[in-house]
Amino acid sequence: MLIRGKYQGASFFELLEVDFPHLHPAANARDRVDASALQGVPHGTTVLAMRCAEGVLMAGDRLATEGHRVASRDLQKVYPTDAHSMVAIAGAAGPAIEMARMLRIELEHYEKIEGEALELEGKANKLSQMVRANLPAAMQGLVVVPIFAGYDRRRRLGRLWKYDVTGGRYEEAEFESSGSGSLYARESIKKAWRSDLGRDDALRVSLQALADAADEDRATGGVDLARGIFPIVCFCTEAGVEEVTREEIERTYREHVAIAHHHVGSGG
Amino acid sequence: MSIPFYVSPEQLMQDKADFARKGIARGKSIVALEYDKGIVLLAENPSSLSKIGEIYDRLAFAGVGKFSEFDQLRKIGVRFCDVRGYAYSREDVRAKALANAYSQAIGDVFTQQMKPLEAEVIVAEVGDPHLLGQEQNTLYRVQFDGSISDHRGFCGIGGTVEQLEIYLKEHYRAGQPLGDAVRVGVAALSNGGSRIAADRLEMCTLDRERPGRKFRRASADEVAAILG
Repeated sequence: MLIRGKYQGASFFELLEVDFPHLHPAANARDRVDASALQGVPHGTTVLAMRCAEGVLMAGDRLATEGHRVASRDLQKVYPTDAHSMVAIAGAAGPAIEMARMLRIELEHYEKIEGEALELEGKANKLSQMVRANLPAAMQGLVVVPIFAGYDRRRRLGRLWKYDVTGGRYEEAEFESSGSGSLYARESIKKAWRSDLGRDDALRVSLQALADAADEDRATGGVDLARGIFPIVCFCTEAGVEEVTREEIERTYREHVAIAHHHVGSGG
Repeated sequence: MSIPFYVSPEQLMQDKADFARKGIARGKSIVALEYDKGIVLLAENPSSLSKIGEIYDRLAFAGVGKFSEFDQLRKIGVRFCDVRGYAYSREDVRAKALANAYSQAIGDVFTQQMKPLEAEVIVAEVGDPHLLGQEQNTLYRVQFDGSISDHRGFCGIGGTVEQLEIYLKEHYRAGQPLGDAVRVGVAALSNGGSRIAADRLEMCTLDRERPGRKFRRASADEVAAILG
């Protein structure tokens, strides 16, 4: 297998397609699957991204649902894809996580083969092709709608893109949210977003938006204090991707977002 | 129809080996050395085309000889490891499997093709103290005929490898810090002549203490700072 491979390019996704079709994620999507069998697969919900003063922030809740049931309480939906980019996934959890993993391998593979990393726009475009390749599965109900964000080191700013199910790619100048609770999250961010949000403010706004989404949408997970489960939040700045520690998220949540101490009717 | 001349297999192999050795000896040698926190790979290389490359999380590659041939081997290694890591897990990607695959492929070319590969490679794997049974560093050398050998402490490839190893056997000390390892390695590569200048050196490390991908390419300034 070593020397006999046909593929000579720098894309891992295409390498699988040409030389290892049995490993390619789309290998089974071509077979017609009864769509009713796919209703029970786990789905992940609200994720968001917003630009801030230092770059870009990405956050996601932790819940995955199977219809009305909880599939997982601590699913990871925000993934660093390389040193300066990250992806957030919403939709059918299996293919979505696979897509995030594939993008990470794809970017690393390109970097190793070519000796230098893709530009941020190139990375966003690569994801577009993966979403498009998932279209046959999406037609059967396994929809994956990611958000891609990163720090553009040539232009010195944070950038983010949203996608549609056909692989359409749209750059957003301010913020974006995806998943079942995205409507509420977007409304929440809209009230507080400014282009020059500092780190602490951006973190607060994102946690507030996820709390608002969880409040209105039953498929979005709120903060689970009993189990100690909090959203995942990552910043991407000139220094690279940094995941915010659980302690910092918990502190910000308790100080600025939690409303448990304002008892309704307690008179103040 | 002309009848081909009979050439004995011994003669054929000898000719091929001489041809490959001559090609490899035209380039500069490369050395890989273990130091206290990982493995450092050093090559005399004034051009921007690199001879040392990242293969996977804990794996690095170095090649001497004909650039097009060893660079092709490097790319094949990246593909081999990325596919394995994707199909199994990242921890299943090991130097031994890659070195064996190289040995097979290079050996096949040597026996079956008219022209053997004029290339020799090192596969280096840095140990991970958190993975039980994978704590040790490993260094493999695969030669132009597919013969494979594993090495402790240091490993050289290229035309001057004999002198290189004689020098290192005398001067290399296990467990030395990065600076000392680099100075010993550069002295070995300089092969008795004046020391190679920092801007003509390619230096990469597999640093055990980095999270995730251990491979790192040192800048010319870093190399200059180490050599002093």
